[in-house]
Amino acid sequence: MTEAITPLVSLQGIGKVFANGVTALAGFDLDIRAGEFISLLGPSGCGKSTALRIIAGLTHPTQGTVTWPAASSADHRDDIGFVFQEPTLMPWANVADNVWLPLRLRGVSKSDARERIAQSLALVGLEDFAKAYPRELSGGMKMRASIARALSMRPKLLLLDEPFAALDEITRFKLNDDLLRLQRELRCTIVFVTHSIYESAYLSSRIAIMTTRPGCIAAEVEAVTPTERDPNFRASPRYAALCQEVSRLLIGSVHDKGTE
Amino acid sequence: MKIAIAPRTLSRIALPLAVFIAAIGAWEFYVRSHAVPTYILPAPSLIVQTVVADWPLLSASLFVTLKTTLLGLGLAVAGGVGLAVLLSLSRIVEYSLYPFAVVLQVTPVIAIAPLLLIYMPQDAAVLTCAWLVAFFPVLSNTMLGLQSVDRNLLELFRLYGVPPQQTALAHLGSRMRELWLLRAPAALPAFLSGLRIAGGLSLIGAVVAEMAAGSAGAGAGLAYRIIESQYRLNIPRLFAALVLLALTGIILFLILSALTHAALRRWHESALAPET
Repeated sequence: MTEAITPLVSLQGIGKVFANGVTALAGFDLDIRAGEFISLLGPSGCGKSTALRIIAGLTHPTQGTVTWPAASSADHRDDIGFVFQEPTLMPWANVADNVWLPLRLRGVSKSDARERIAQSLALVGLEDFAKAYPRELSGGMKMRASIARALSMRPKLLLLDEPFAALDEITRFKLNDDLLRLQRELRCTIVFVTHSIYESAYLSSRIAIMTTRPGCIAAEVEAVTPTERDPNFRASPRYAALCQEVSRLLIGSVHDKGTE
Repeated sequence: MKIAIAPRTLSRIALPLAVFIAAIGAWEFYVRSHAVPTYILPAPSLIVQTVVADWPLLSASLFVTLKTTLLGLGLAVAGGVGLAVLLSLSRIVEYSLYPFAVVLQVTPVIAIAPLLLIYMPQDAAVLTCAWLVAFFPVLSNTMLGLQSVDRNLLELFRLYGVPPQQTALAHLGSRMRELWLLRAPAALPAFLSGLRIAGGLSLIGAVVAEMAAGSAGAGAGLAYRIIESQYRLNIPRLFAALVLLALTGIILFLILSALTHAALRRWHESALAPET
């Protein structure tokens, strides 16, 4: 991948000061390239989630600009799928109705959305649970339903905010692989917020390491492109070396900030 | 309530029933063995006989009280939910009206009843009383429910809903859709628990107002029959009216509980059968 490609989203000089005076982000620059899997990695409270919410337009930066160089329209919400830290499903609605929600809010009737709902559920392997209620599902399945909902709009950009942090390791590994498969099939761009070095090293084609608050990008690591990845990637020396490098950079970025 | 009768369910029904029967038996035995005069304490068997014998009179009174209670409850639900929705849509309305609702609630209603009886015809005053006491639990619980929406779900509505830079009408439309799709179902459990409280309070309000009104005639409710029986020392009839009032309260509670269960059983934690 060359640097010359126009980024999908470009964040320049982003600063965010909350109403209570806390500075979450300062001098945050990031270009999100079309088709990549980029992880925002950093310690908790470093403003990763805030950066993600700014990309989604859920909150506005107090400084700097967010641009979509390649987009023609000013409203990008059709292009965005957002997955929260918790599944955030409506407990009173079954899985199919939960997946329908984004389309429903755009005025698509249930019969028109039926095919799209079924496709989204099939993508995450929940086709047999359309009629189930959220409380009948396990944690991993709830997260799958949440991802299916984000996919129902067929977004160009999928934003995930520590989606697997609360899941057990086995479920997390499975969902990691499923997420990579989804990206291959849908050819979407993914921004993934995490505080796990191993998760970011496993999933990403690029890792952006953040400093402690106020957060900015401390280092960027080119990781593994999808073509290089093989089923045994988790056991490979390449993975181990990547984890080590990312961990060194992360500790360095936190340390630098601490001694300033 | 499960239909399948597990040993646990059986004991949950059988135990209180056994205690109840034992207490009634002890009462009957005490009255008979000590030959207590009926104007002091009638035996349970005599109370049942009185209910049957005075049924034409008592049933008419029961109907009056029941009508007041249900009408008061219905109006409280309509008013409470309506006002809660209004308050949740606008902060200005909430700040200006909510304190008055609290004042209405904390003022003991029996103190207002005589005043209402001066200003209104008797049945309207009694109805207003029942409405006043039932109104607040519906209002406050519905408001709490409308506000206790998952914040992430609200953000999701903002992400996929109408763009922020739209006309006022479109903005109102998206607020209404948010209310209907998100806030209303989220508020349902709290509303229903308010409804259960309001059902009991509405009956209490009706009884208190009837006692304050204290008038006879065609519009005499069960509470009036109790006062009347007291004056006439017709203690068996007093007990009979009391039993009917208690039964009304119990049935009202059971109906509202069944309604809650039916509405929430698929998704809400409170309606789930305990794990065995």
